[in-house]
Amino acid sequence: MRYLPLTDDDRRAMLARIGAASMDDLFRDVPAEALTGVRFDDLPDHATEMAVERDLAALAARNSPAGAGPCFLGAGAYRHHVPATVDHLIQRGEFLTAYTPYQPEVSQGTLQTLYEFQTQVALITGMEVANASMYDAATGVAEAAAMASRVTRRKRVLVAGGVHPHYADTTASFLRYTDIDVEVLDPDPMGIADLIGRLNEGLACLVVQNPDFFGRLSDLSALAQACHAEGVLLVVAVAEPVSLGLVTPPGAMGADIVVAEGHALGSPLNFGGPGVGLFASRKKFVRHMPGRLAGETVDEDGRRGWVLTLSTREQHIRREKATSNICTNSGLVALAWTIHMTLLGEAGFTRLARLNHMKAVELVGLLETVPGLTVVTPTFFNEVLVRLPGQDAAGIVDALAERGILAGVPLSRFWPTYPELADGLLVCATETTERDDMEALARALTEVLA
Amino acid sequence: MTDRGTPTLTGNRGLRIEEPLIFEQGHPGKTGVDLPEPPDMPDRLGGLARTGPIGLPGLSEPEVVRHYTRLSQKNYAIDAGFYPLGSCTMKHNPRLNERMARLPGFADLHPFQPESTVQGALAVMHRLSDWLLGLTGMQAVALSPAAGAHGELCGMQAIRAALDARGAGERRIVLVPDSAHGTNPATAALCGFKVRGVPGDARGRVDLDAFREALDDGVAGVMLTNPNTCGLFENDIMDLATAVHEAGAYFYLDGANFNAIVGRVKIADLGVDAMHINLHKTFSTPHGGGGPGAGPTVLSAALAPFAPLPHVVADGAGYRLIEHVEGEMQPFGRMKGFHGQFGVFVRALSYVMSMGADGLRQASGDAVLNANYLLARLGETLTPSFAGPCMHEALFDDRFLKGSGVSTLDFAKAMIDEGFHPMTMYFPLVVHGAMLMEPTETESRDSLDAFCDAVLALADRARSGDAAFFTEAPRHTPRRRLDETRAARQPVLRWEPPEPAKAAE
Repeated sequence: MRYLPLTDDDRRAMLARIGAASMDDLFRDVPAEALTGVRFDDLPDHATEMAVERDLAALAARNSPAGAGPCFLGAGAYRHHVPATVDHLIQRGEFLTAYTPYQPEVSQGTLQTLYEFQTQVALITGMEVANASMYDAATGVAEAAAMASRVTRRKRVLVAGGVHPHYADTTASFLRYTDIDVEVLDPDPMGIADLIGRLNEGLACLVVQNPDFFGRLSDLSALAQACHAEGVLLVVAVAEPVSLGLVTPPGAMGADIVVAEGHALGSPLNFGGPGVGLFASRKKFVRHMPGRLAGETVDEDGRRGWVLTLSTREQHIRREKATSNICTNSGLVALAWTIHMTLLGEAGFTRLARLNHMKAVELVGLLETVPGLTVVTPTFFNEVLVRLPGQDAAGIVDALAERGILAGVPLSRFWPTYPELADGLLVCATETTERDDMEALARALTEVLA
Repeated sequence: MTDRGTPTLTGNRGLRIEEPLIFEQGHPGKTGVDLPEPPDMPDRLGGLARTGPIGLPGLSEPEVVRHYTRLSQKNYAIDAGFYPLGSCTMKHNPRLNERMARLPGFADLHPFQPESTVQGALAVMHRLSDWLLGLTGMQAVALSPAAGAHGELCGMQAIRAALDARGAGERRIVLVPDSAHGTNPATAALCGFKVRGVPGDARGRVDLDAFREALDDGVAGVMLTNPNTCGLFENDIMDLATAVHEAGAYFYLDGANFNAIVGRVKIADLGVDAMHINLHKTFSTPHGGGGPGAGPTVLSAALAPFAPLPHVVADGAGYRLIEHVEGEMQPFGRMKGFHGQFGVFVRALSYVMSMGADGLRQASGDAVLNANYLLARLGETLTPSFAGPCMHEALFDDRFLKGSGVSTLDFAKAMIDEGFHPMTMYFPLVVHGAMLMEPTETESRDSLDAFCDAVLALADRARSGDAAFFTEAPRHTPRRRLDETRAARQPVLRWEPPEPAKAAE
C-alpha cells in the first residue's frame, strides 16, 4: 500500500522491540466485544491510483462545470478567473502540509502571510484590524453577532431582510442555544424595510449586507449613525469582496464589524466550499474578536518576526470562557486569497472591480430589452434581481439549463414558501462573462418567455 | 555555548533569505494580473464609488512568485520532515487527492447550479457518507461542519435539540474530563451548557467511580475523547456509555483520535451518540497551515432526526440535495453557507478509495505500532506518564528533566535545531510538562529511529548539565525565540505606512 512505509519485516522487528506478541496485542485495552465480530466487508478494499482516478473522473464527468457554457450564477458565490500562479504557490508543500503556526520559529512563512492577509482585509474593508480568517462568511456573521453581544453586553440581534439567507440561518442556528435572541426579518427584495425604526437600546447589533442579497448597493452612513445613537453595533456582510475595489467600503460608512466571503478570490467555486471568512473590526473591540490573530514582535536577536497573539481569547487557553470554540479555520484558502490580492495589487484590484461592474451594466442593458422581464435593482455592483412576472423562475432556469445556459439563481431556492418571490431571479456578471454569453442569455430568455 | 556562525552583511544566510512585507515592495502602479480595459459606460453605483486609493501595493508576477516562495521556505512541513504533533495526526497528504479535487467537474461547480447538472458532486457526498457510516456503524452523518470544533458544535446542538424534543431541556450539565481538548468546554458553553469536570485516575483514564458520582438527572451529556488525550484507550468505555444512557444523557465522542481505531472498531458498538471526524487528520486532507478542515459528524438513531441541513439523499431518479425541512426531519438548523467543505470531501473520498477497508485497518495498526515503538525506544530514558501499550500517540512528562534546568519548552526548541518539529507540549494538562508524540502510520522505521536517536541524544545532553544548549535554542531557524509577551501587550496586527508617508498624504 503506497502510503504505508512499514514492511512486514519492520513490523516484526518493531513488535519484538516493544515486547508485544502481535499487532492485536497492542489493542488489548479495547474491549474484546468491540473488536470481535466487527465487519467492514461491505466496504471495498484498496485501489491503485489509476483506478481511483478513473472512478472519480467518471463522477466528475457527471457534472456540468459552470465554465462549460454561459454562467450567470452568484447569490454569494462568484466565478472569477484565478491566476495560475495562485494554485502553484499554495501547492508548495511548505504551505500545503504545514500545521497551524504554533511554533513561530519554524512558521514565519505562514505567519508573515497571515499578517499581510490581515492588513489587506483591513485596507479593503476600511477597518482598523482583521483576524486571520473564519470558516466562511456565514459562520463569520454568526461570530460577529456573538462578538457584538460581548462588546455591548446586550442579548438581542437583528438580521435585516437583505442578508444572505444562509448567513441569516447560520447565525440563528449558531446562537439558538445561547442567551442571545436572533430575529431574522422577512426577505426584502425591494429594499424598503424601515431598519432605523427598529433600532433600540436592547439591540447588540444590526446585521446588514452590502450589496445586499438582491444586489442592491446602499449608503449605510445614516443607518450607522442611527445605530450608534442607540449603542447598537452595525455588522456589515459583504458576499462579493471584489466590490470593495470600486465601492465605498463599510468602514468608511461607519461599520463596526465587517464580515466578507473571501472564496471569490484565489479559489475555484468548489461547489461552495471550502470558503474563507474575512473578519474585520474596530481596534477597540479586538480583545472580543474570535479566531486567530498574527502579530508583529521581535526575536532574541532583535529581528522583526511574527507570532500568533492575544491567544488568551481562544479555546486552548480559556476553555469554556473563550470568545469562540474555533480552532482549525481556513488557512490555505486565506493564503490563496492573499496571493490573488497581491497579484492584483491596487491597480489590478480596482480594475477588476470596475470590469465586473461594467460587465453587469452591459448585461442589465441587454436584459432590459427582453420582453416580460423587469430588472428590479436600481444600484448594484455585479448582480441584480430580475422579475419574470407570471413565471416560475426555477422552471425558466431549468429550461435554460437544458440549452447549456446557467441563467441565474431563483429566489424560490431559498424561500420556497413565499409565492410572491417565485418570479424572482438573481443574475450576475463577472470579468469571465463575455458579450456572446450575455447575448445568448437575452436571446434564450426572449424565446422561453415568449 | 554553540556558535551560530559569523553574521553575513545582508542578514541573508545562504538559502535563507530575508523577505520584506509586500507593503514594503513594489509600486502601486504595477500589477501581476493583466485585465482588459473596462468599457466606459455610466456607472450604476448610485454615487457610492470609492474615493481615494485603498493603499494596496503593486507587484509583478515574478515578484509575487519570489515573495511567496521565499516565505514558504521559512516553514516546517510534513512534506519536509517528521511532524509528531500529538492529537493533530500530521500524516502524509497524497497528491492524488489534490489532483482529483482540481478536476473541472468538481472544482468549477457553482453551489446553486440546478440539481440535474451536479449529480456527480452529490454522488461524491453520498459515497463519502456511506464510507463514514460504514466505518463507524452510525445511523446518520451531517457533512457540513467545517472543522473539528464545528463538528463538536453540531453534535452538542443535536443533543440539545433531542433533549428539548423529549421535554428534558432543563438538563444543562455536560461532563468533560480534565484531559479534554480546549474546544470541548468551549463548545459546551456555546450550546448553553455548564461544564462539570471529571478527574482522571492513576491509569490515565476517566475515574469510573467519580464519573458515576457526577452523573445525575441534570446531566445532558458527556464529551469524551477516545483514545483519550493521554493516548490511551478508555477500557471502561462501554460501562461509561451504559451509565450515561441509564442517566438519560447522551454520549459525545471527540473523534480527533479516530486514526487509532479506524477500520478496527465501529464506534456505534461503544454506545456513542455523536462523533465528529476530522477529515484533515484521519483522512489525509492537508492542514494547510491552519485549515481548511472538515468535521462531518456521525449520529446515532436517537440524534439522527436533528441533523442540520442540507442533506443528500439518493432516490430512484438520482441524488437530491435537501435544503429545507421535509417530512419527519427536525434539523436544529444550518451550520454554514452552501453545502459543506466539498473540496475537502473529494480529497477524503480519494483517500478512502485508495486505502480501502483493508488499508485503513492496516493504517490504524501501523499508527499504533509506530507510537508504541516510540514509547519503547524513548521510554527507557524519557519518563512515560502511564504504562503502555499506548494507542496512536505516546505521552511523556518532564520528570526526566528534573534538576537539569531544562523545561519541556526548551527541549522542544532544541529539537527544532536538530531538524524535527516538536511534539505537542503542555497538553494534556493532567501531567506536568507534557510531551505528546503522535508519529502516524506514514513514518518509516528509519524516520522513527532518526527521531529517537536525536531525542535520546538531547536527553543525555540535558542531563549532562548543559542547560544553555537548550535555553538558547533554537539558533538555526529563520528567527530565534520570539517575544510573545510584547506581541500581546502592544498588539501590532497590521502594517501601517511609516510616519513620514502618513504626513505626506
